[in-house]
Amino acid sequence: MQLSLWTYEGPPHIGAMRVATAMKGVHYVLHAPQGDTYADLLFTMIERRDERPPVTYTTFQARDLGGDTATLFKKAVADAYERFKPQAMLVGASCTAELIQDDPGGLALALDLPIPVVPLELPAYQRKENYGASETFYRLVRACVGPRVERAAGAKPSCNILGPTALGFRHRDDVAEVTRLVEKLGVRVNVVAPLGATPADLARLPDADFNIVLYAETALAAALWLEKTFGQKFVNVAPIGVGATRDFVKTVAELAGIDATDFLRAETSRLVWYSRSIDSTYLTGKTVFVFGDATHAVALARVAAEELGYKVVGLGTYAREFAREVRAAAKGYGIEALICDDYLDVEAAIKAAAPALVLGTQMERHIAKRLGIPCAVISAPVHVQDFPARYSPFMGFEGANVLFDTLTHPLMMGLEEHLLGMFREDFEFSGDAAASHLGHAAAVVLEAEPVTAVWDEAAEKELKKIPFFVRGKARRNTEMFAAEQKIGVISLKTLYDAKAHFAS
Amino acid sequence: MNEISAITVEPAGCSDAPVLKERGQREVFCGLTGIVWLHRRIQDAFFLVVGSRTCAHLLQSAAGVMIFAEPRFATAIIDERDLAGLADANDELDRVVTRLVERRPEIKLLFLVGSCPSEVIKLDLSRAALRLGRKFGADLRVLSYSGSGIETTFTEGEDACLASLVPVLPASDAAQLMVVGTVAEIVEDQFRRYFSELGIHDVGFLPPRRAGELPAVGKGTFFLLAQPFLANTALELERRGAERIAAPFPLGVEGTLAWFEAAAQKFGISQARCRAVLDAPAERARQALARCRITLAGRKVFFFPDSQLEIPMARFLARELGMTLSEVGTPFLHREHLAEELALLPRGTFLSEGQDVERQLDRCDEEKPDLVVCGMGLANPLEARGFTTKWSIELVFTPVQGFEQAADLAELFARPLRRRALLKV
Repeated sequence: MQLSLWTYEGPPHIGAMRVATAMKGVHYVLHAPQGDTYADLLFTMIERRDERPPVTYTTFQARDLGGDTATLFKKAVADAYERFKPQAMLVGASCTAELIQDDPGGLALALDLPIPVVPLELPAYQRKENYGASETFYRLVRACVGPRVERAAGAKPSCNILGPTALGFRHRDDVAEVTRLVEKLGVRVNVVAPLGATPADLARLPDADFNIVLYAETALAAALWLEKTFGQKFVNVAPIGVGATRDFVKTVAELAGIDATDFLRAETSRLVWYSRSIDSTYLTGKTVFVFGDATHAVALARVAAEELGYKVVGLGTYAREFAREVRAAAKGYGIEALICDDYLDVEAAIKAAAPALVLGTQMERHIAKRLGIPCAVISAPVHVQDFPARYSPFMGFEGANVLFDTLTHPLMMGLEEHLLGMFREDFEFSGDAAASHLGHAAAVVLEAEPVTAVWDEAAEKELKKIPFFVRGKARRNTEMFAAEQKIGVISLKTLYDAKAHFAS
Repeated sequence: MNEISAITVEPAGCSDAPVLKERGQREVFCGLTGIVWLHRRIQDAFFLVVGSRTCAHLLQSAAGVMIFAEPRFATAIIDERDLAGLADANDELDRVVTRLVERRPEIKLLFLVGSCPSEVIKLDLSRAALRLGRKFGADLRVLSYSGSGIETTFTEGEDACLASLVPVLPASDAAQLMVVGTVAEIVEDQFRRYFSELGIHDVGFLPPRRAGELPAVGKGTFFLLAQPFLANTALELERRGAERIAAPFPLGVEGTLAWFEAAAQKFGISQARCRAVLDAPAERARQALARCRITLAGRKVFFFPDSQLEIPMARFLARELGMTLSEVGTPFLHREHLAEELALLPRGTFLSEGQDVERQLDRCDEEKPDLVVCGMGLANPLEARGFTTKWSIELVFTPVQGFEQAADLAELFARPLRRRALLKV
């Protein structure tokens, strides 16, 4: 039993949902108790998807447990097939259904549906979300691949891009950027999967000359199987940062039999010059603590160290599956990797390292905020802010531009704050001014509004009970109302009269 | 005569209305979600869910940012080793609780909260609570309840929590009033003031703000429900000798007025006193509703089942804001507690209980309501299909009860419609 106040990864069936939701023509029937449907809101609220995830839940209750939950599951599969007519179906159990051992796979196969039905065995008490995504994608690929069609003579070399899912950190834009990159290099993209792919697309996976593993967390297992089965080699270099993107291009070019020399001479990122420009000098040796999934943590540590001149003082991941890779990378910076999924321990490690910058997940953002350290978010688990409206990839040369901004802007703010602190007592400075990039909001508040009425004790107490985010407005409105009505002392009655006045 | 009381009411309302009972996929939260507002209410209580990674993930997804401020809830995640043998799971639980108590010595009340997995493996949390209660003695009270999805739907988690508190309430047969169900502090204080002005001075609230302020209960206790989902808590209170005052729920002006009056009647308060205390705030609240009425009157609203607040909400929207009711779905319909509400609901309202979400979405498509009240998982997909939605979880997080909040409640429904009218993209 593990005491958990917050988890970096959800249970494995959430990973399966990320694959199912990313694809088209796939439906997932999940044997799960009432309440597990909360997972839908991750996709509809955090990622702002405009469709429900393609998931049917059995939502069994206690009264069903005495009866026949197996029949309930079979009915759910049959109904879902009838209603959604998917090209392939995933079936599985969430943690509670795993305990009642109804064998969703066997039950669904017994229905003899005319489509591939893929049973998922995702041990909910051992494994987590990324494993669930990886295993689901691997099983789907195995179930859907067709025979290999050889490339026609004279046709361009081609690749598949594997790994992007729903609810992935910047996956939408990374796919666009990497697609643009390899196509410009002269490689055709055969299939991108799971994001946007259908089961019919998965059938064409063997046609490509090689695979690109964009996120090892979700795609490595499938890529290894495709290599074993069809001899497709794969690229396992996440093109995050200028150096990694160059390495990626070289590896892709090698597998495609293309000379990338000219391409690499022509294509670059502004990061290269920005980082060399003298105003970046102050970044030298800034200490940075990096924590996230393995792909992003390792890549961002490299960008920080080699491309911005920071000093990596901490590197870690919550993904135990990739502990080896992260440990190896950490060794290169002369530090011990932190492999840990308890955010309190991560907080302690950050506190001990006292870095100038934290690169982490949303949780590290909050830790850093508490500790007063600048921070940038570089990895899942995702938050609604990690789905920006603008184009904002992490990968490729454009991604490196994004990274320069992402990794330096929090520090500029830090520098500015530092200066403000230094000159705070200067008569020309306003002590309460916010950093300039935050506008002049704080400074404006300084101009104290003349208070016309006084608050009596009861009203003042009542005001404090109003949630803080509307309290200011309530105070202003009430005082305005009191001024209008020529009321000198604001009482409870005034407070509520004003509330009613402004409501009507 | 003002516009609200001008609406004519069919005498029988929906008291004997037929109800469509559905048993398909239910797109609702489980009872664990109640922890999110219960821990805000009881400020020295800690909620320890004994469950799976899914439970922990649900809580952090539903609680959003609250998680980041050293929350007073957590999950003891059951793993493989615990499943191997139950004796081990009990030892593990004791170890986890001990660590927790060391970390948070200010906690006075610990709830062990059962989940789907703990129920299925039959982990006896009531025995664990007794054992741990003995271990920590007077400093920490340990109770247990189940918030599992197999037993509780969303707000029923609060019912289970409060029901677990009733047996430990102090005993007193003195004449007193108890208000049952979580309300915001500001609402509690308003209620206390009105009761006091009416002449009812001995008023307790369950749950209280702090574990040490549990109200007494006994033969002289009358209780008013502030929330419509407290079936088991009411039974437990009745078992301790208390009597429920039947009333509509304090949502909207009409509901709040009837709620106070029901208590006043029970305590022998005169009509004149009621008028003197309640008429002015009721009138003020009616005026405050006027702005929202412009937006809402004549619009059709469709309720997906969620919090069990649907029927009182529908009553308020129909009678005080002039909305037309399409389907009113509720996860569970407690006919006795909702008798006064059903009588007020416009005759012919289509009621449904339980859910088959796909079929209900089909009905919603056919009905083409102007406003859909639904859970967060459905809201954006419905918006994308052109519906205007109000996601219902806000209704349990926002102070909405009482006269002073009536307009706030109306505003929750009006804002999505106003916003839609505003946007030109």
